[in-house]
Amino acid sequence: MGFLLTRSLDKSATAFLLVVAAVGIALPLLNLLLPESSAFQVPTYLISLFGKYLCYAILALSIDLIWGYCGILSLGHGAFFALGGYAMGMYLMRQIGGRGVYGNPLLPDFMVFLNYKALPWYWHGFDMFWFAALMVVLVPGILAFSFGWLAFRSRVTGVYLSIITQAMTYALLLAFFRNDFGFGGNNGLTDFKDILGFNVQSPATRAVLFALSCAALMVAFLLCRAVVSSKLGKVLIAVRDAESRTRFLGYRVESYKLFVFTLSACMAGVAGALYVPQVGIINPSEFAPGNSIEAVIWVAVGGRGTLIGAVIGAIVVNYAKTVFTSGVLAPYWLFMLGALFILVTLLLPRGIVGTVQSWWEPRRPNAITEAEASAESEDGVAAPKPAE
Amino acid sequence: MNVMSGRTTSAMLYLDGVHVSFDGFHAINNLSLTIEPGEMRAIIGPNGAGKTTMMDIITGKTRPDRGHVLFDGSVDLTRLDETQIAELGIGRKFQKPTVFESQTVEDNLLLALATDHGVRATLFWRPVKEQSERIDRVLETIKLTDARDRLAGSLSHGQKQWLEIGMLLAQNPKLLLVDEPVAGMTDVETHQTAELLKEINREKTVVVVEHDMAFVRALGVRVTCLHEGTVLAEGSIDQVSANERVIEVYLGR
Amino acid sequence: MSVHRISCLLALLFATVLSFATTLPSRAGTFEDAVALFANDSFSDTEDAVNALAGSGNPLAYPVISALQDDRLVADPATKKVYVKQADGTVLDAGTGAVVTTDVSGLDAVRLNNRLRRTVAAAVSSLTLLSPDLAKRTAAAQSVFKTHDAGDLPAIENALQKETNPTAKQAFAAARAAILLFQPDASEASKLEAIAAIKARGDQEALALLSELPPDTPPNVLHAAQGAIGAIQSRLAVWSAAQNAWYGVSLGSVLLLAAIGLAITFGVMGVINMAHGEMVMLGAYVTFVVQELIRTRYPALFDYSLLIAVPLAFAVAGLIGILIERSIIRFLYGRPLETLLATWGISLVLQQAVRTMFGPTNREVGNPSWMSGAFEIGQLTITYNRLWIVCFTLAVFVILLAMLRYTSLGLEMRAVTQNRRMAAAMGIATSRVDALTFGLGSGIAGIAGVALSQIDNVSPNLGQSYIIDSFMVVVFGGVGNLWGTLVGALTLGIANKFLEPVAGAVLGKIAILVLIILFIQKRPRGLFALRGRSVEA
Repeated sequence: MGFLLTRSLDKSATAFLLVVAAVGIALPLLNLLLPESSAFQVPTYLISLFGKYLCYAILALSIDLIWGYCGILSLGHGAFFALGGYAMGMYLMRQIGGRGVYGNPLLPDFMVFLNYKALPWYWHGFDMFWFAALMVVLVPGILAFSFGWLAFRSRVTGVYLSIITQAMTYALLLAFFRNDFGFGGNNGLTDFKDILGFNVQSPATRAVLFALSCAALMVAFLLCRAVVSSKLGKVLIAVRDAESRTRFLGYRVESYKLFVFTLSACMAGVAGALYVPQVGIINPSEFAPGNSIEAVIWVAVGGRGTLIGAVIGAIVVNYAKTVFTSGVLAPYWLFMLGALFILVTLLLPRGIVGTVQSWWEPRRPNAITEAEASAESEDGVAAPKPAE
Repeated sequence: MNVMSGRTTSAMLYLDGVHVSFDGFHAINNLSLTIEPGEMRAIIGPNGAGKTTMMDIITGKTRPDRGHVLFDGSVDLTRLDETQIAELGIGRKFQKPTVFESQTVEDNLLLALATDHGVRATLFWRPVKEQSERIDRVLETIKLTDARDRLAGSLSHGQKQWLEIGMLLAQNPKLLLVDEPVAGMTDVETHQTAELLKEINREKTVVVVEHDMAFVRALGVRVTCLHEGTVLAEGSIDQVSANERVIEVYLGR
Repeated sequence: MSVHRISCLLALLFATVLSFATTLPSRAGTFEDAVALFANDSFSDTEDAVNALAGSGNPLAYPVISALQDDRLVADPATKKVYVKQADGTVLDAGTGAVVTTDVSGLDAVRLNNRLRRTVAAAVSSLTLLSPDLAKRTAAAQSVFKTHDAGDLPAIENALQKETNPTAKQAFAAARAAILLFQPDASEASKLEAIAAIKARGDQEALALLSELPPDTPPNVLHAAQGAIGAIQSRLAVWSAAQNAWYGVSLGSVLLLAAIGLAITFGVMGVINMAHGEMVMLGAYVTFVVQELIRTRYPALFDYSLLIAVPLAFAVAGLIGILIERSIIRFLYGRPLETLLATWGISLVLQQAVRTMFGPTNREVGNPSWMSGAFEIGQLTITYNRLWIVCFTLAVFVILLAMLRYTSLGLEMRAVTQNRRMAAAMGIATSRVDALTFGLGSGIAGIAGVALSQIDNVSPNLGQSYIIDSFMVVVFGGVGNLWGTLVGALTLGIANKFLEPVAGAVLGKIAILVLIILFIQKRPRGLFALRGRSVEA
C-alpha cells in the first residue's frame, strides 16, 4: 500500500499537508500555553471558529471528489454531513446521562419532555463511542450507497441527479423536523456536556478537537489524493468528460460512481461528526437544501478538480461569511453570496486555485477546461444537447 | 469458450430482422446483415439511413424492438449492456471523435487497455512494463509517439480521430466498429487512415461507416448501402455504385 | 292558589274586554291577551300563555317564546305589559311587536321552572319547525334528528304535513324516522321504514344515529341498521374520496402552475432555473403592490385587482427573466450544472432584494369578493378561490398548448426542444428562442404567483416552498411535452392528498419524494419522454 501514499504525495500535496499540520499544532499551543494577556494568544472562540471551517473544508473535499473529478453534482451532501453530525450528537446526548434538566438517567431531556416512555431502538448503542463513531461513517455511507445504487444503475445523471439529491436532503429535513422521529425535532440535539469524559466547553477539549479536525482534514486529503492519483482517478475523469466513451471501453461506470459517491458521503459524515462537538448543536436546519448548495459554491470558488482549491474555497467563503454576517453589512451578505454564485460560474469557472494553476502551467492535466465543461452534459439524462 | 457448441452461425456479427422505432419513426426496419470473421465491411448510406443507430444496437446503447443480434456466432447482444459488450471484444469509434480531452494521450491509451476494469483493480493499479510497451506500440502505429504527454484536447482533429482508433487498438477487440473515421481529414490523412485500417484488418474484423467514397474505394472491401433502416444493396464498390437505387437515394447522378 | 286562579281569570276577562273594546281583529286580540298572561307571575298562566302562543300561528309567537326561553321576556306587573328585550338593545311590545321606548331596565324577567322550560323548548322547536325561513326549518329538523326526543313527534308530523319544500320535507321525514326508530313501542315495520329513511340521508350524523341503537332493538331492525350503516359508510367513503380528489386536483393545479414554466425552459434549453420559485414570488408581490395602489387610490376597483395583476405579473417576471437570460444564462449554455449554481445565486439575490424592499414578514393580499366563500355539492365543500385557481390553471395550460401549436415562436420552441442543432441549421435563431422561452417560462411563473397569493402567505420565501415540488413534477412528468407536466402535477397532487390522511402531511410528502426517486429508476426521463438519437446526442 505504500505506493499509494508515495504516488499521492506530489510537491503541492506535501506542502499543503505540512501547512495543515503546522496549523494543527501551533494554534492549539498558542491557545493553551500563552497567557490571555499575550498578543499571540489565540482565543478559544477563534479555535472553535476555525475548527468549524476545517469541518467545512472536509465537506468541501468530499464534494470536490465527486463533482470535480467525476462530474456528479450533489445538491444534497449536507444530508450526509448532518447525518454524521446527528450520530455524534446522539453519542453526546447519551453522555449527558442524569445531568439533564429532568434528571432522567436514560432518556435525553427532549424525550422526557415529549413523553417518551423508553429509548427508541435506534438510540441503543450510542452510549458507546466506538459504536457512534462507526455510525458516523456507516449511516451516511449506507444511505449514499443505496441512493447511488438506485440512481447510477438507471443512469440518472446531470441535472436530474442534482435535483433528486436535493429532494433527498429535503425529505430528510422534513423528517427530522418531526418530534416523533426521535431526534429532538425542531430543536435538534444540544446542551452537550462531555465527550469521552472531557468537558466539551473547556478550552483544552476545544484545542484537541481543533487538532483532531486538522488531522482529519489531512487524512481526508490524503485519501482523496490516493484516489485521484490512481488509475481509478483517471477513470473518474474519463467518466466526467465522456461517460459513454468510458462505458464503451468496458468500464462499469455505475460501480465507479457508486464507489466514489459512497466514499465521499462517509467523508462528509466524519466532517459532520467533528463539527457537532465544536459548535455544540445539531438541528434539522443542517439538512436545508440551501446549505448543500452553499457547500458546492465553496468548491467552485476554490477551484473544482483541485483538492487544495476545495479546502481554500471552504475557508475563504466561510471566513467572509463570518466577517460580513457579524457586522453592519449583515443584511447584504445574501446579496454577496448570490453574486458569488453568479460571478464565479461566469468569470472564474476554474476557481481560485484552478485559475492560478492555469497561469503558470497552461496545460496541466485534470484542470477544468471549457471543452470538457461542455462534455459533462454528454448523455446525461437531462438530455437536450446545448448549443455548440 | 467451446467454439463449436451452441454456435448458430459462423459469422462474427449476425443481424437478422432487426427493428427499432423512436416514437413511431422506424429508424431500423427489418435490417439483416452478416459480417464474417476477419472481414472488413464498409457501410454507406444517406443521413438518417440508420447507420449510427445500427452501431448503437450492436454496442448495447439502444435495444431493438425485434430481431436477433448475435456476436461471434452465439452471444445474444440484445441482452447485454455497453460494458459487457465492450468486455466481449467489440470496440467502437464514435462519429464525433470522442477522446478524454483533459487527459494525456498516454493516459487515454492506458484507460483503453484491455485489463481488469474493476474498481479495486484500478485503485491499486501500478505501472506494468508489459502495458507500457503495448502503449508504445500503439503510439507508433497511430504516429502519436511525440504527442504522448500532450493533452488529448490539444490534438488536431485528425490526430484525435487517430487517437480514438489507437484506443480501439489498445482495447484489443475482436470486432471494431468505426464510425466516419476520415471526416474532417486531409487527403493525405485519409489515405493514411485507409492504410491503417487495412493493417488492423489483418488481425481483426472491422466495420467502417463512411461517406467518403474515395476512402471506401481505397479500402477495397465489400460495401453495404443502407437506406431507411434497411439494406438497399450489397456487393463490391463497383457493383453498389452502379446500382440504380443507390444512385437515386445516395450517390446522385 | 284559588285566589291566584281567580285573579288570572279576571285578568283574562279584563284583557278580553279591553281588546274587544279597542276593536282589534279578534285573533290579534286573543294573542295580546295570551301575552298578557305572562305578566301574572304565575307558572300555570305562563304555561297557558305558551300553549296559546304556540298554537296561535302568529309570527310574533316565535320571538316572544324564544325570548322567554332566554330570559329576555320582561313583564310589568303594574301595567300588565310584556316586553321583549332584543339582542341589539331595542325593546318590543310583546303583544303588538311594535318597537317601544319604555325603560325596561327595572323589570323582572318572566320566571320559569324546569317543567315549564321543557314546555317552552318544545314550543320553540315546534315553532321553528314551522318557521317561514327554510334554513331555520331544516336546522330545527336537524336538531330533532339528533335528539330524536319522542316529545317532538307530534310537532314533526304536523310540520311534515304542512311542508312543501322537498329538502325540508326530507329533513322532517328523517327526523320523524329517527324518533320512531328509538321509540320502544313503535312497530317493527315502521322501524324498518325509518331505517330506510335514515339511510337515504346518508351522512355522518345518520351513521352516528344508527350506531347508537340500543341493544334490545329487535334483531331484524338491528340487521337492517347494520346494512344501512355499511351502505352509508361506503357512500361516505366515496364522498371523502371525491373530497380528497378535489383537494388533489386543487394542489395539482397549483403545482402545474408553478412547474409549467420550469418544464418549458428545461425542455427547450436544458436549463434548470433555480430562481423559478423567485419568479413566482415576484408575481405574488406584484399582486400585493397592485392591491395596495387600488386600496389607497381606487378602492372600487378592488374586485378587479387580480385581473390587473395577471398581465402585470407576467410582464414583470417575464422581463426579469429575459434580463437574466441575456446577462447571465446565455454565457453558460452547455454547462447545465453551472447554470444551476448561477440561477441559485440569482434566487438568493432576488429574495434578499424583496426582503429589503418589502420587509421579511408576510404581506397581506386580499381575496376579491368573487373568490371568497364556498359552496357544497353533496358532502363536498368547494371554496371559490381553489375553484378559480383550477380554472385559471386550465386556461393557462390551454393557452400555452395553443401557443406552442399555432404560433411561430411555439413552432420554433418545439423544433429547438427536439433537435437544437438541426433547428439552428434550419435557420432558427436559437438564441432569440432561448431568450423568449426563458421570458415566457418566467412570465408564467409570475402569473402563478398571482394565483398563489390567494392561497398562501406572500413572503420572500414563497418561491422556496414550491420549487422542490415543481422540480419533482418536471422530473416525474418528463420534459418536452406539456401533457407530461399536466399528468405529473395532477398525479403528484392527488397522490399527496390521498397519502395525507393515511400517513400525515409530512410523511406523505416524504413518501412522495421517495416514490419519485424510485420511479425514475424505471423511467429515468419521466413519464412522457422524448426518445431517439437526437435526445441522447
